[in-house]
Amino acid sequence: MASKKESSFVNMVLTLLSITAFAALALGVVYVVTKNPIEIAQKQKQEAAIRQVLPAFDSLKVVMLPDAEGNDSLQFNIATKDGKLIGVAIKTYTNKGFGGRFDVMVGLLPDGTINNTAVLDMKETPGLGTNIMHKNSDFPDQFEGKNPASFELKVTKDGGDVDAITAATISSRAFCDALQRAYKSFEKNKSKF
Amino acid sequence: MNQIQNFTKGFFKESPTFVLLLGMCPTLATTTSAINGMGMGLATAFVLTMSNLAVSLVKDLIPDKIRIPAFVVIIATFVTIVELVMQAFVPGLYEALGIFIPLIVVNCIVLGRAEAYASSHGPWSSTVDGLGMGLGFTMALTILGAVRELLGSGAIFGIHFIKGNFMLIFILAPGAFIALGYLIALINRIRKTS
Amino acid sequence: MKNMLTVSGSPHIHGDESTRKIMFGVVYAMIPAMLVSIYFFGLNAVRVLLLSAVACIFFEWVIQKFVLKGPLTINDGSALVTGVLLAFNVPSNLPSWMVIIGALVAIGIAKMSFGGLGKNVFNPALVARVFLLISFPVQMTTWPVPKILPGNLSDVITGATPLGMVKEGLRAGQTLPQIMPHLPSYMQELMGQMGGSMGEVSALAIILGGAYLLYKKIITWEIPVSILVTVFLFSGGLWLVNPLRYADPFFQLLTGGLMLGAFFMATDMVTSPMTRNGKLIFGVGIGFLTILIRVWGAYPEGVSFAILLMNAVVPLINRGFKPRRFGEKPGVVPAVK
Repeated sequence: MASKKESSFVNMVLTLLSITAFAALALGVVYVVTKNPIEIAQKQKQEAAIRQVLPAFDSLKVVMLPDAEGNDSLQFNIATKDGKLIGVAIKTYTNKGFGGRFDVMVGLLPDGTINNTAVLDMKETPGLGTNIMHKNSDFPDQFEGKNPASFELKVTKDGGDVDAITAATISSRAFCDALQRAYKSFEKNKSKF
Repeated sequence: MNQIQNFTKGFFKESPTFVLLLGMCPTLATTTSAINGMGMGLATAFVLTMSNLAVSLVKDLIPDKIRIPAFVVIIATFVTIVELVMQAFVPGLYEALGIFIPLIVVNCIVLGRAEAYASSHGPWSSTVDGLGMGLGFTMALTILGAVRELLGSGAIFGIHFIKGNFMLIFILAPGAFIALGYLIALINRIRKTS
Repeated sequence: MKNMLTVSGSPHIHGDESTRKIMFGVVYAMIPAMLVSIYFFGLNAVRVLLLSAVACIFFEWVIQKFVLKGPLTINDGSALVTGVLLAFNVPSNLPSWMVIIGALVAIGIAKMSFGGLGKNVFNPALVARVFLLISFPVQMTTWPVPKILPGNLSDVITGATPLGMVKEGLRAGQTLPQIMPHLPSYMQELMGQMGGSMGEVSALAIILGGAYLLYKKIITWEIPVSILVTVFLFSGGLWLVNPLRYADPFFQLLTGGLMLGAFFMATDMVTSPMTRNGKLIFGVGIGFLTILIRVWGAYPEGVSFAILLMNAVVPLINRGFKPRRFGEKPGVVPAVK
């Protein structure tokens, strides 16, 4: 085996310095190379959710608008096709989930009808609360094509029109709460699109 | 030991997961599906191979007393590279694995191989060792992920046999311990009889 | 090596208890609760009881014969007890294949993996219950409507346990006086007219069985009494602090699996401490954890989790509270080092 370097102070400082310098250089290069793809990937993720909840569109305008109570603002993605408004995707949320807050992207048509929903981030109980997602159950299907003006966004137990998920009433209520927030905010800001 | 044995020891005889019981944290946390297990395994395998190679190349230049910090910096560099690359090109997998990608830094297998093997062997054997151990880790995580996915979601590699879930416990934390325990028991049984 | 004599320390007097005798004593004690479950849930209860018992005995036999290749002990009745207890811990409308998975978990994972009867750390029936609860949350928390109903039972409580209703009501922002009118009365809870697992609904039937176990000296009073007293005092204290937020202690005693847990599960000889003081600590721990989980936990019911958690510390309790040696005076440190 070749003779190792002595553990003198100068040796140690120089070695660590050169290793970290090399590491920094390598990371710098990788960072520059991946910077753009990372941004594109993050944008695509958001856009994929919007595309899922709205009919086909060709241009998108993102604005922050206040919610119905005016305490908070929601992200509105206003979608147009050939200059005509075809829908708004609202990133809404609820704090009433079983696992706390979760975010939902709700697509509303110009008259307020719910086109589709996509759950973005959530910590609901697997197998119960997670049924608010399309891939796990038919629960979110019942909202499609319903207008909250006539379709009461409450579970049937509370006198609404929504069939709650079996054994997950809390998550179902929270989901309705998120949708209700989006719809109210939509109604309030209608004139601004 | 020839290079073929050096390469294959990570798969069974010295399997990092089933025999050495190293890197249990990512093993238990990320194997909720076969794909996630495989992704975690491959990311670790890349870091392991590259850090083994780098450590064996610079081992004679590093004074003994700062051996470990130097190794950790090398490993951390490769982990950050993996993290950035995954974020850019496989964002779905990156999100599923979450915090466990940066945590490859503290995976005992990586530092363990750097210290126990690469710091006393040449670049070629070290690379083979890292690749073998890394792919052995990948294989173990894929098997565990497949078992948990099959029992937990009724699916294999994302192909569902049933809608919804099967035995949910297997994709949650307790199921990881149960599945890993029985797999280790099975491997021990095979090792004893062979 | 075959003709080795067994040499053991004194005393050489042998009681006439055997595992078999004890286990069948437990089975007799479970008869009232069995009858109540059949009365309320009908043929479905018979199906789950039979299936669970047969599956547990079958898996015990298969694993002992083909996997462990050791002596067969299915005649000792312990698998039968586990089977009936497992059935008691599930809703009567649970699909058959889930009952069979539960039996496999109870016997295969919780009992045989540790080496069989006497070596298991955790109560097998409870391990299976928790496994099923986490695996199939919908089926395990959808309670059937009791079929035969003497007296009137309002429609509202079907589909959820009283504990579940309280938890959900509180989460929806209601106070207890608002929730209480929808709940069954104490009398209904005592008789078993409420949603719940098969064997846990009737507190009265379980107390009858428990009294038989105490009379036959199969169990001692320390564990059930300390659990029930702790639950009563702890929940009573909370109730006095804020009756709008915390349910009253009688409600806590009569609902959920508390009685079943206190008399039949926590008292399991294998998984509970040996000495009187150890048993008292064990019981207090279970009672405390139960209320903790019921009040602040994610699940409405916490008895099974509480018992399993305390099962895990039994070795530690046994180390702290060793049985007194014969002739030793209490309080005197033995000279033997």
